[in-house]
Amino acid sequence: MHYIEPHGHMVSRTTADYESIAQAGCVALCEPAFWAGYDRSSPAGFYDYYRQLTEYEPRRAAQFGIDHYCWLCINPKEAEDPSFAREVMSIIPEFLDCPNVLGIGEIGLNKNTKNELAIFEEHLEIAQKYDLPILIHTPHLEDKLKGTKLILDALKNANVDRGRVVIDHVEEHTAPLVLDQGYWAGMTLYPISKCTAARAVDILETFGMEQIWMNSACDWGVSDPLAVVKCALEMKKRQHTLTTVQKVIFENPKEFLSQCPNFKVNQLLQ
Amino acid sequence: MPTKSDILNLYFMDARCKLLEIAAYLDRLDRHEGEGDFRQEAFLSALEAMQTPPAGQSRAQTVLNTLSDHSTSPAESASLQSAYGAPGKL
Repeated sequence: MHYIEPHGHMVSRTTADYESIAQAGCVALCEPAFWAGYDRSSPAGFYDYYRQLTEYEPRRAAQFGIDHYCWLCINPKEAEDPSFAREVMSIIPEFLDCPNVLGIGEIGLNKNTKNELAIFEEHLEIAQKYDLPILIHTPHLEDKLKGTKLILDALKNANVDRGRVVIDHVEEHTAPLVLDQGYWAGMTLYPISKCTAARAVDILETFGMEQIWMNSACDWGVSDPLAVVKCALEMKKRQHTLTTVQKVIFENPKEFLSQCPNFKVNQLLQ
Repeated sequence: MPTKSDILNLYFMDARCKLLEIAAYLDRLDRHEGEGDFRQEAFLSALEAMQTPPAGQSRAQTVLNTLSDHSTSPAESASLQSAYGAPGKL
């Protein structure tokens, strides 16, 4: 069985992790721009990060037959200083022609502040200006519900193409808000603070298998690069057919990502 | 699709284990000195709420909603980057 990992922060992972996910059937991986675990001290730090995402990681993934893609932005955790964020955002267009760039992401909110919201809206403008899909991060834990509602309001005001927006890290209380309004939803299989495999399958069974994907969001925290295939196993334990499993872990992300001009199905599958 | 019996076979032991962990966690809090904070109260409220979820909400949704910030206006600023798991401040 093959699958797409639609959200993984591989700059934080070892090359052995690429090998493991390749052995598990991963044929493509998408890496949204992310917080490094500390605030970068200058826009130049982001320039180097974007080079890592567009030059180095694709080469590392290719050693294992994995196509590497990325999304670019300044993460909401670093959006509280708007002038700094705007300086970083001015760099982004320089990288949009790189062959593995999918769109703008993961933008969104973290602590639901006015500054975060302003920078989120400016990211939407960049995406619209360059006609790019959007990947959205929703806040953690107690901030998720409020942040998701603020994000949905901002998206409505910006009049984006809803079918080209994926709103990530949904849980039971936010999945219907996202799906009912016509956006794509991402479920993150992250221990403790997001979805377990069993709950992710509950969400699929409750809200349906359309316009939804799941990801590991593996990063520098306690996380599991194999979370997607482990959830696929959970689906099999719940008696979902292999066709359904393949739809969720491969066909769905392929359908959304195919809207990104640079996305191509791995040549190993052609 | 699996029957209730299939679901029990798949998940009962795991859920039993987690239920016991919750009980032991509450005992641990009771046993130790000092004051609790908003997280403890929110946790107990969620435990209670999940037993009789409002119409149209699942138990999981009820727990998540109980542990969510329900304010609607953007915050003026952020004093920290992380989250506590329940609305409130330390």
